[in-house]
Amino acid sequence: MNVTRTEQIVHAADPARRLAALRGGAEQRGLDARALAALAANPGCRRRALLDAAGVDKTALADRLGQPAPFGRSPFAIARGNIFEARLKADGCAALLDPLRSRLGLPAEDDAPLRVPDLLPRSTPAARAERTARALAEAVAEPAAWTLLDHPMLRLTVAGSPAYLEPDAVVMRGGRCTVVEIKSFPVLDGVADPAKVGAAARQAAVYVLALQEAAEHRAGARAGGGPYEARELPGSPETSVLLVCPKDFGNRPTAELIDIRRELATTRRQLARMTRIEELLDALPPGTSFDLLPDAGGQPTRPVVELTAAVEAVPAAYSPECLSSCELGFHCRSQARCEGAVEQLGRGVRGELGSIRTVGEALAAASGGAPLGDEAAARLGYAAALRAEALGVPATAMAGAVAG
Amino acid sequence: MSLLGTLARLEAVRSGRAEPLATVRHRHLSDRPLVLVPLAAAAEDGAPLAVLLGTDRSAPRLHIVPQPLNRGQRYAFLAAFADDLLPYLESCAAEVERIEGSEKDPQTGEKIPTFRELSADAPQLIVPNPGAAQHLALLGRATRFRRTAEDPDPGRYPAPTQVPLLGRWLTHLTDRAKVPGSSLLLPMTGLLARHWATGQSQLEDQHLGAQLAWHEPPSGLSGAEAARLVESGRDERGQLLHPPAGPTTDPRFDEKLLAPAIGRYDAALAALRHAQDEDGPESPRAQSAQASAERAVEQLRALLTEVLLPTWHDVWRGLDLLRTLPPAAHLPERWESDRWSFTGHRERVAAGEPPQPRRDDAVTAARKLAQREREQVRTDVQEALDDPLAMAERRLAGEAFSGEVTELVPDWDTSGRTPKPRPLLTVRTADHPHADLGREVHRAGGPAVQKAVITAVDPEQGLITVRVASGMGRKKEPEPGSLPAVGERVTFTLFELTARQSAPLPEPDDTPWTHGGPPSATQDSPTTAEEWE
Amino acid sequence: MTSTVSPLQPSPGVSLGTDPGAAADAAVAAILDATVRPAARAPRGVVVDSPPGAGKSTLVVRAAQELVGAGERLMIVAQTNSQVDDLVDRLALKAPGLSIGRLHGSDARPAPEALRHPNVTASTKPADLLELDVVVSTAAKWQWVKDVDPWRHAIVDEAYQMRSDALLAVARLFERALFVGDPGQLDPFTVVGTEQWAGLSYDPSSSAVVTLLAHNPAIVPHRLPVSWRLPASAAPLISTAFYPYTPFRSGTGPGERLLVAGTRPDGSAVDAAIDEAAEHGWALLELPARLTVRTDPQAVAAVAATVRRLLDRGLTAHSEQGSTPLSPGRIAVGTAHRDQAAAVRAALTALGVPVDSTAGPAVTVDTANRLQGREYDVTVVLHPLSGRPDATAFHLETGRLCVLASRHRHACIVVARAGIAGLLDEHPSTEPVQLGVTVKFPDGWEANHAVLAQLAEHRVRL
Repeated sequence: MNVTRTEQIVHAADPARRLAALRGGAEQRGLDARALAALAANPGCRRRALLDAAGVDKTALADRLGQPAPFGRSPFAIARGNIFEARLKADGCAALLDPLRSRLGLPAEDDAPLRVPDLLPRSTPAARAERTARALAEAVAEPAAWTLLDHPMLRLTVAGSPAYLEPDAVVMRGGRCTVVEIKSFPVLDGVADPAKVGAAARQAAVYVLALQEAAEHRAGARAGGGPYEARELPGSPETSVLLVCPKDFGNRPTAELIDIRRELATTRRQLARMTRIEELLDALPPGTSFDLLPDAGGQPTRPVVELTAAVEAVPAAYSPECLSSCELGFHCRSQARCEGAVEQLGRGVRGELGSIRTVGEALAAASGGAPLGDEAAARLGYAAALRAEALGVPATAMAGAVAG
Repeated sequence: MSLLGTLARLEAVRSGRAEPLATVRHRHLSDRPLVLVPLAAAAEDGAPLAVLLGTDRSAPRLHIVPQPLNRGQRYAFLAAFADDLLPYLESCAAEVERIEGSEKDPQTGEKIPTFRELSADAPQLIVPNPGAAQHLALLGRATRFRRTAEDPDPGRYPAPTQVPLLGRWLTHLTDRAKVPGSSLLLPMTGLLARHWATGQSQLEDQHLGAQLAWHEPPSGLSGAEAARLVESGRDERGQLLHPPAGPTTDPRFDEKLLAPAIGRYDAALAALRHAQDEDGPESPRAQSAQASAERAVEQLRALLTEVLLPTWHDVWRGLDLLRTLPPAAHLPERWESDRWSFTGHRERVAAGEPPQPRRDDAVTAARKLAQREREQVRTDVQEALDDPLAMAERRLAGEAFSGEVTELVPDWDTSGRTPKPRPLLTVRTADHPHADLGREVHRAGGPAVQKAVITAVDPEQGLITVRVASGMGRKKEPEPGSLPAVGERVTFTLFELTARQSAPLPEPDDTPWTHGGPPSATQDSPTTAEEWE
Repeated sequence: MTSTVSPLQPSPGVSLGTDPGAAADAAVAAILDATVRPAARAPRGVVVDSPPGAGKSTLVVRAAQELVGAGERLMIVAQTNSQVDDLVDRLALKAPGLSIGRLHGSDARPAPEALRHPNVTASTKPADLLELDVVVSTAAKWQWVKDVDPWRHAIVDEAYQMRSDALLAVARLFERALFVGDPGQLDPFTVVGTEQWAGLSYDPSSSAVVTLLAHNPAIVPHRLPVSWRLPASAAPLISTAFYPYTPFRSGTGPGERLLVAGTRPDGSAVDAAIDEAAEHGWALLELPARLTVRTDPQAVAAVAATVRRLLDRGLTAHSEQGSTPLSPGRIAVGTAHRDQAAAVRAALTALGVPVDSTAGPAVTVDTANRLQGREYDVTVVLHPLSGRPDATAFHLETGRLCVLASRHRHACIVVARAGIAGLLDEHPSTEPVQLGVTVKFPDGWEANHAVLAQLAEHRVRL
């Protein structure tokens, strides 16, 4: 059943046009692998799904709404990442070859020279994607050779629009390819930050999907199979990716093969869900626009009130995790607090509260003012009695506090 | 989160202030804790940038690495940090207690008395958050294997002698911090969150300043508004009004203030070297360059002090809050375990044992896991016994019940030679324990360890009858006072009130074939080459 | 054709035309051979992966018999006291000639079923039992045994539920061992953090088998290829949803098991669900969508009513083992949480259904953890995600659903609120990834969807 569900990436022009209309005159924010991988962070959020699909600049939107996103990267961290990758790619990727040899069985230099084709790094994304596609085809045609694609440009169709994706590197040999993901967090004594490895794996899964799409395109065929099956076509990507990180506290690279079959299944189903964007579009009030087109002074022209109303028109699924993963997190938190939604206290609290959705309802239930027969309310009332007893407060005083 | 925890958070939303989650303080607080606020350099993982520490809240001491990528400066920093921290650790071992024990003589089987020395005190490090503890663990890992000039083969870059010692202590303290209920190293966010609920989520509580904002919001502001201001309020330079508690600094601070200051320092140093080379070290130009290099360091110190001080004060404020709570009854017992941990590590260092390995061998890992599971049970039980609010959690979960004794019917077990008291005790309770018939229960807060067995449950009337099976003395009649009287309030738990002993494990040298056999010792030798190339 | 079937790799394509009995026999013969007559330089361990109801217990009994027949004494390690008692009872029944020791702790009296046999001796002291053919106890009790010569052979039962640190403590007691277990059931767990050991081959909180295989790469696990428990209606789903890389099949074909009601349906949804399950092996009794607490009173009532009607309608189970009436002892209710089980028990008691097995035949009501290794004719399952506002790692855990969906010989009726599919779709997937930790398949999300898709075809709305 997964096959039918995840395979229908619909190539419909209509939703793409409607999404572009939502964005209006502002520049499109391209969906990169990081953004696609982030779709899985809160798939229940219609607001985020719609804004991402429409390519709205959420950072600018958050600024305009007066709740700027707190994200940023330290220049030191950026420099460090750049230095590490530059070191790996220097001298024809000399430093990168060691981990490739040990993990992928790349033969010693004399036996099989490594080919590093020029992928036109300074051209337009479309031209680079064309060039990458050709390089991939050439590499597939020569299964005996080793080819390293340095920053190839891949194309993936997402909800009818092309997204351009740029993995750090792809290695081709024997008619199969492996995604290489370079990260600057260290592997210390064989251990790396699991959250960061997880994020890297989800990002790599997007590249693997794009490579799979490319292989299918070349072969003119669709590969079948269940959610975990490797889809074997000439030039198909492996379902393990190579993560290259600094080893311990130094700058020498170490590489780990990561099985991303699980992330691949996740990404497939999230992308398939993007096709349901039409339902979200249909639910929008007529005339809704997120247009952030700036005036001559660089200020968006659309009034804040209108933008706020447009944002409110799409339901969000706020949870505190959003604060660290979505630009609109602070905005949605304010909204959740205004509404008294219990989600402001964490995703987990809802499990105990049943159908109670607001802080007010919950506190009323705790003071005994809940309809009879509601199990969650009864438990809250009992919990409140236990709490009052333990704190030495009369239960009635607590109830009084609620009333007041 | 438990429903009681959620309820407290809901109340905090309503009141706009933190609400209690405990009636007593569940962690030992030293009379002389050392507060330690570290900052990490974003330029490299685990690389230190600064640390502010001390036992006197009015006199914090600052150590910094002016250029975080400079290895020499990093070692100078670590040596100074060690010189500052190690005397504090040592001072806690000034007094010892002699503890008498006994062990079996392997030959005769007779019991012979033994004596061990237990440090009368132990160090306590308070850091802002778990990230700070993690950073200290990284520093420990980066330094404990360093070779020094005293090693037979010091290598090209010998570290000052106290640096590997610092690494071993940081490793020990951060490892001990993973033991539930331990108090040698505690993050303030966790301490506060154990004792008070805020009207925000656990994730948001990770920000020490934001969590504290719920305790004393400025007048006119709710906790949420005050927390919001702490999280994201910025001044006209675009800098956070309340810098984050670290160990990473705000990217905007790095970009706008720190990077330029480091740049000025680098330039001043280059100018100094240039002047020394060209005009000689004593030349006026060199001396003026020297002065500007020193000024650049002072500027960096001032900059880092500015972002560290708010957190420094936050940690002390947190300690003030915690001290308003009376200490829980079982704290001395658990603190004694911490003192043993401290004493044991001192002895291992003194005996010349090698530093802790990079990763635990199979047996050590299993021992630590067993210890942590045991201590988790012990801490949970003791917290429930010490604090009615913690017991309320267990009652709500159906693991305990409290109520009034309505009936006490004397009865005896006459199966043996002498009859033993086995009275029936009926309790009226509003609790709904998972009270299956025949289930063993334990009396909490009684005069002695007392077990009983559930013999009847009447959920309609809220009556539970148990047959008391122990804790009544050896005579036919129960010892006076050993049983609760009718009308008295009692609490029984469905869980045992002591943690079970862990099963013995083999010595590492006897690691069986299923686990790869005995570990090899080669991988953990001291090293110079690996770190911070 | 049957003679060419490899017990290690029964391919699903081949299995259609072959005799399941022969395939299973070949697998068992290979296992017994490796255990009782190991080759000269064979590894010291034999591992057997057994899907639900594939004859694991029978294998343990046969291996014990053959080892004793070959002149050996052996120790058996199981994980819980009830597993040990079950095993002792079965062993004593099937092999009356064996002398069996039941080693137990001072605070855990063995069950009467284990002690009713003349060839069983119980003691808290290992020294009392050393001369017996077979000594059985829990891993927890074995860990305390000292000052004995190691046994030459051991059998470790439910080995995937044993923690690595427990194996570390007992491995000194034997030279060689047969490890038997179901990799698809619930993993062992701990309440404290173990991140610092993640990725280590001997992570003390991981499964004993994972550690064993990491350190003994020469051990190639055997597999039992046929489930004798699961009916033809269930084996394909359980195999693809939970064992995607190690398929198995049912020992009986379609129509070989029949569940027949003695009375006509009363027109209620509950009866319709029972009839659907009787005919197809599965039924989903679906309540309207609603967010509820764990002990959703309506869902609990629906579970209880279903059990009541199962008993009232006089069902008979016809199978290769003969025809038996569906009695309380052949029905189980499975839940995710203890409080749910307690609520169901209370509801059943109110309907006059016996739930206390000490007082006679009774319906078993328990959590997935405690139903591991058990077998019934019909199961009623309260879906772990029913009524929840969100899925959590606990509720999505593959092993939990696998246990709940694979305890039955005839039929499984799942009670759930509508809306689980949407809940799954909205579940964030931001799992951390530990280097060096083998990814476990399948993923809970995919497994849940596979089961849900099957159930959707057998939906009855309440």
